[in-house]
Amino acid sequence: MSELQLKDLYDGFRNPDTIRSLAKQIADEAKNLKMPLRIMEVCGGHTHTIMKYGLPQLLPDTISFIHGPGCPVCIMPKERIDHAIALAKMENTILLTLGDMIRVPGSKTSLAQERAAGYDIRPLYTPMDALKIAKENPDKRVVFFAIGFETTTPMTAAVIKATIEQNITNLFFHINHVLVPPAVDAIMADGKAQINAFIGPSHVSVISGAKIYQPLPDKYKTPVVVSGFEPVDVLQGILMIVRQQVQERADLEIEYTRSVTMEGNTIAQKLIDTYLQPRSHFRWRGIGDIPDSALEIRPEFAYLDAEKIFGDILPNEPIDDHKLCICGTILKGLAKPMECKVFGTACTPNTPLGSCMVSSEGACNAYYRYAGVLA
Amino acid sequence: MKVVQLSHGGGGEETNTLIHGLFYKHFSNEILIKAEDAAVLEVKNKIAFTTDSFTVSPIFFNGGDIGKLAVAGTVNDLAMMGAKPLYLSSAFMIEEGLAFSELTQIVESMAKELAKSGAKIVCGDTKVVPRGSVDKIFINTAGIGEIMKEGISVLNLHEGDLIIASRDVGRHGATVLMARENLDVTADLQSDCETLWPAVEALIDGKISISAMRDATRGGLSAVLNEWAQSSNVCLEVEEDAVQICDEVRGICEMFGFEPMDFANEGTFILAVAPEDAEAAVTILQQFDFCENASIIGRVTQKYPAKVILRSGYGSSRFLDLPKGELLPRIC
Repeated sequence: MSELQLKDLYDGFRNPDTIRSLAKQIADEAKNLKMPLRIMEVCGGHTHTIMKYGLPQLLPDTISFIHGPGCPVCIMPKERIDHAIALAKMENTILLTLGDMIRVPGSKTSLAQERAAGYDIRPLYTPMDALKIAKENPDKRVVFFAIGFETTTPMTAAVIKATIEQNITNLFFHINHVLVPPAVDAIMADGKAQINAFIGPSHVSVISGAKIYQPLPDKYKTPVVVSGFEPVDVLQGILMIVRQQVQERADLEIEYTRSVTMEGNTIAQKLIDTYLQPRSHFRWRGIGDIPDSALEIRPEFAYLDAEKIFGDILPNEPIDDHKLCICGTILKGLAKPMECKVFGTACTPNTPLGSCMVSSEGACNAYYRYAGVLA
Repeated sequence: MKVVQLSHGGGGEETNTLIHGLFYKHFSNEILIKAEDAAVLEVKNKIAFTTDSFTVSPIFFNGGDIGKLAVAGTVNDLAMMGAKPLYLSSAFMIEEGLAFSELTQIVESMAKELAKSGAKIVCGDTKVVPRGSVDKIFINTAGIGEIMKEGISVLNLHEGDLIIASRDVGRHGATVLMARENLDVTADLQSDCETLWPAVEALIDGKISISAMRDATRGGLSAVLNEWAQSSNVCLEVEEDAVQICDEVRGICEMFGFEPMDFANEGTFILAVAPEDAEAAVTILQQFDFCENASIIGRVTQKYPAKVILRSGYGSSRFLDLPKGELLPRIC
């Protein structure tokens, strides 16, 4: 057997012939749709795939995409970004976070601007580097501003575990890990977005299992297909959704069977449960306060919790978005980026007013990069 | 271990030893060894003049080093204007403590690269600064070249011109990223760092009608194409499948979420040529081993002026935007 190569993981899933063939099958079967499909792809990774590969151009008009709240940078309210800035400004402190978070504007500045002003703020490629940085700087306080959905949570839990096991005393955690199901339920309960099918976030399900979406078909009678992130995956997922609707079914199905099971990664789930617990509420940008929609450090590990230890300096007043920014409306699935007055003019990836333009997983960013003003 | 000390930049005896024992030895030519305050040059035709500073970290990477880059970078900027590279200046800013063996390796590498175009280093400067003032070594080179073909310009793209890439894209950026992050993903990946003048000279000798020519350095292919589209107010339509990207670069981009077309190159250039000359240009380029994969990747149209469109192999299209944000600092 030849060695597995990295390209084997994506080559076939971008095959032009397969993409054409799937697009044709969808077009054929969509003729039998009883009503137009409004599919929410919850995850920003899917939004990115859809726009990058121009999938709407290959699909009939009866199928449209509603972009969901599944970009961890986009849903972060300004007051949490202000937390990160306040932590970074503490004396003798290094603030660590992941990529795009650096550029998101808070109420006054962004971490990138603060870094330029001289504060020690570093983006990480992997959360595990937090351990290394803490060890290399024993005389400094190191705060990891952790973000992400279920996908990235186990990594944070693993870093917490290692911090305890290796007796590292200068590393603290500001937890912003959020959960997909409560946010999607909030959007469905609101009902305005008129979504009648879902492409389920799949890397979330690698960890949490596909089972977390079962309430959607049960409660709202909407098909859910957990799809991979390559264009062939997304099209296959759409074909499965079309078939469900034509056959008047509303089931939870997995397209991304090479990675996702119903149960998920139970070891990772246990790791998360050991160190983190649901927090009573978390304010999502645009959607507002959702109970049990995020995680926090368990009380027994409070000595690692930056929110508790440095609570005195953290501002907690909710801060609304720029009045021209409609990120919130977009995150609820009620508007497309092009409907925003400042899209591509006052708000661009270089000068973002809202978080959806900053993150590479944000809907506005994906529209700007791949579709310009023509989508 | 012998290292560079502050005294080597002091202008006295140690400086002299460094200049004579190392720089004159490897860069030797009649103009340089005169050691005047300025080099006196004789150029008959119109000249091109350029400068660039090199700060790459790490200073040694797979496929090159900061010295090779400092020569190839400036020589290539001249070549891209249709100019035969003639004379270069070379200024070294060295952090005290740099191993002499490393400095020697860098200088040898520069000499080897100069030989590929025939350009000479005719003047220079050496400063040694205290630890922490620069990272190991920074090099500035400026260059003068004699224009062999006039009219090559970013303003000169015409509807109908075909776009050619001299090889696969993204190698230099991916190589430096791997070295910087200590990634042992693949041993086969090498920077494309290379002097391009021989290939350009062959195109000029072959009477290829070149409208525009640019090496795809920082910002990669995306930046070149967007700059052209905006400067000449034309639309560039590119076939995505025609742009070659090696498996290693693609793999690294998959892992880190980068776009191969945004990654820097240091020996890859893009040409816009008259349609009737495109096939001949590709044939000429393919004679050089650093251009053996040269191919036509797109054409100039008026569909969406000032925009670059990427066409997929399955019938969709999208804009190719300029890379934004912090891609990867200090790649050159």
